[in-house]
Amino acid sequence: MAINTETFILNIGPVHMSTHGVFRMKAVMDGEVIVDIEPVFGYLHRGIEKLAEQRTYTGIIPLTDRLDYTASMSNNLAHCLAVEKLMGIRVPERAEYLRVIMVELQRICAHFLAIGAILNDCGAWGTPMMYMFREREKIFDLFEMASGQRLTYNYMRPGGVSQDVPEEFMPALKKLIAQLPGYFEEYDQLLSKNEIFLARTKKIGILTREMAINSSASGPVLRASGIKWDIRKADPYSIYDRFEFEIPTGETGDCFDRYWVRMQEMWQSLRIIEQAVKQIPEKGEIRSKVPALIRPPVGEVYTRIESPKGELGFYIVSDHSIAPYRYHVRSPCLINLTTLRDLVIGWKIADAIVIFGSIDICMGEVDR
Amino acid sequence: MAAMQNALTNTVFLNAIAPDWPGGFWWHWLVFSLIIILFVMGIVIGLVFFERRVIGFFQARRGPNRTGPFGTLQLIADGIKGLLKEDIIPSTADKLVHWLAPIIAFFPVFLIFAVIPFANGAMLVDLNIGVIYILAISSISTIGIFMAGWGSSNKYSMLGAMRDVAAVVSYEIPVVLSAASVVILAGSMSLNQIVLAQNIPYILLQPLGFLLFFISGCAEINRSPFDLLEADSEIVAGYHTEYSGMKYLAFMIAEYSEALAMSAIIATFFLAGWKGPLLPPWLWLIVKIFAVFFVMIWLRGTLPRVRIDQLMALAWKFLFPLAILNLIITGVEVLVWPAGLPWVAVPINFAITAVLILLWSRLYKFGWGRVEVHRVEQS
Repeated sequence: MAINTETFILNIGPVHMSTHGVFRMKAVMDGEVIVDIEPVFGYLHRGIEKLAEQRTYTGIIPLTDRLDYTASMSNNLAHCLAVEKLMGIRVPERAEYLRVIMVELQRICAHFLAIGAILNDCGAWGTPMMYMFREREKIFDLFEMASGQRLTYNYMRPGGVSQDVPEEFMPALKKLIAQLPGYFEEYDQLLSKNEIFLARTKKIGILTREMAINSSASGPVLRASGIKWDIRKADPYSIYDRFEFEIPTGETGDCFDRYWVRMQEMWQSLRIIEQAVKQIPEKGEIRSKVPALIRPPVGEVYTRIESPKGELGFYIVSDHSIAPYRYHVRSPCLINLTTLRDLVIGWKIADAIVIFGSIDICMGEVDR
Repeated sequence: MAAMQNALTNTVFLNAIAPDWPGGFWWHWLVFSLIIILFVMGIVIGLVFFERRVIGFFQARRGPNRTGPFGTLQLIADGIKGLLKEDIIPSTADKLVHWLAPIIAFFPVFLIFAVIPFANGAMLVDLNIGVIYILAISSISTIGIFMAGWGSSNKYSMLGAMRDVAAVVSYEIPVVLSAASVVILAGSMSLNQIVLAQNIPYILLQPLGFLLFFISGCAEINRSPFDLLEADSEIVAGYHTEYSGMKYLAFMIAEYSEALAMSAIIATFFLAGWKGPLLPPWLWLIVKIFAVFFVMIWLRGTLPRVRIDQLMALAWKFLFPLAILNLIITGVEVLVWPAGLPWVAVPINFAITAVLILLWSRLYKFGWGRVEVHRVEQS
């Protein structure tokens, strides 16, 4: 006997602890089951792209910090790479290595946050999050040494980095590199074999290969679906062609794979940092000669990097003035978020929250 | 006069109350009601502070440590803050139900303590159906929770309340079945008799029963990992989303006193209640309550939350069959050793428990699955 049920609309967000910012899901529910959702965003829109058109190319860097505030270094790098490509600036050797070290540390940092957030969404009541934060703070200490900031670094400049790292940076970094494998293994033991966590994430929210490609997803979300696509290998920027590392991929594209890919990527980032620390020149220029007021030639440029969330692209149109004529950010979060509706339909509300967490978005980048 | 003094000493040291003490039943009733209220409120404050510090330790942080010595005054500060908050009632709420819900959720817990012995015979009333009484009373607060969910006129609250009712109805069965095997072993339903019968604590004689009772007890009082009715990452705060100020505090205290009651019941059923060497009996009871509660905090600090269908699957596919098996095994053992189970039964029961759990966990799977839905076309 079929029971007649009625659907109702549940408004999840914009202020809700699992929406990772101010995201809103208008969910049509049939009891616990989600029949349909309508993602609503724009609550954090600050008009960064428009603001950038009024600023100098150096002045835009603090704005990029505020895009994906969990990965400010990556955003800085993407912007600086775009300006350098436009101007044809060469970056000194030591600066390149410093950039790679910073960006990979930032990747570890962002993945810590992502994994902690998934576990929080599963309902682990903050414990994994707190452990992730413990290590994240250690990385923040390093960033503070280099840039003086703990969240929005404003560290990189077109043509290099803003300042050389202090003397105590390298010993502290080496110490952290020695500690990190222990932490990663600890998390692997605690989380990857946890029965409840497996039951909550395995085979939940499967993003198939085709769906992932059609939605133009990128980053860990794409790789979890089994596609070996990483801009660091596919279209090497900076000096990534000098390092050896693997691209971890998942098999089924479920929530667990998205978690697992992030876990493995942290190991690969650590490998890159180890190699960079060995190869980095002891002394040297950290910034090439760049005019204080950058006036790029007329033209347009698009550069992309592999940010912790995926393919982060910056598109700049220059009209030979001190500010860009048009500035556009291809944010991986927004494009990964477009997969959400297909993923959550038919799952229960508890699954929907975990699926949403496993996509790992940052509203600062979605709304811009 | 001597009888008066005797009664006073008995009350202060929580010894067995002589049946002929002055004033008779009513004095006894008054004194013990006061003791129970003070005990519950005092221990609940202790438990909340204990949980906050211990969970801080689990989470690699400090926990409250600024206000007063070791942060003990933090709870008082939080309590005052809660009292001073505005009492918000949603305009579409069912006012009477909304108002009554915290009270109904709050009070049954005190009733449970009427039959919990603090020492040999020191209890408000030595009911000869104590176990049935406890099981009946402990499900009353579910009504309060459902009233809160219904009366708030909030969809999150409603979801939380529905989850709670479903969970409690399912988990009542393993609770009753594993309590039944305790009753079979003790041969009595009076809680005092159950404690007296435990020459060997039942956690050793009934390891499987203890596990089942603990897990389903946790689910019934909605402790993590079964805290679905207030799953903060999914449905905000569940049934008490729309509560603020004093009413919210009432729910908070109700929740912790339920945890206290469940710890006390587990301590009485399986850890030999007030029995113990050296220390006075009531202190032993408190120590055991804290020990049981520590395990609950441990689970809360470690495990992610299960989903609602997995919660049901756990109850019906895992706990329910094992509870029936446990009941049968206990019955057979009591037939084999009518004079009380000897120490030989301890390793045997542990072996049975290990084998059963290993075998059953192979047979059983957490449920998962996508539900096919008719897509609503977006307008």
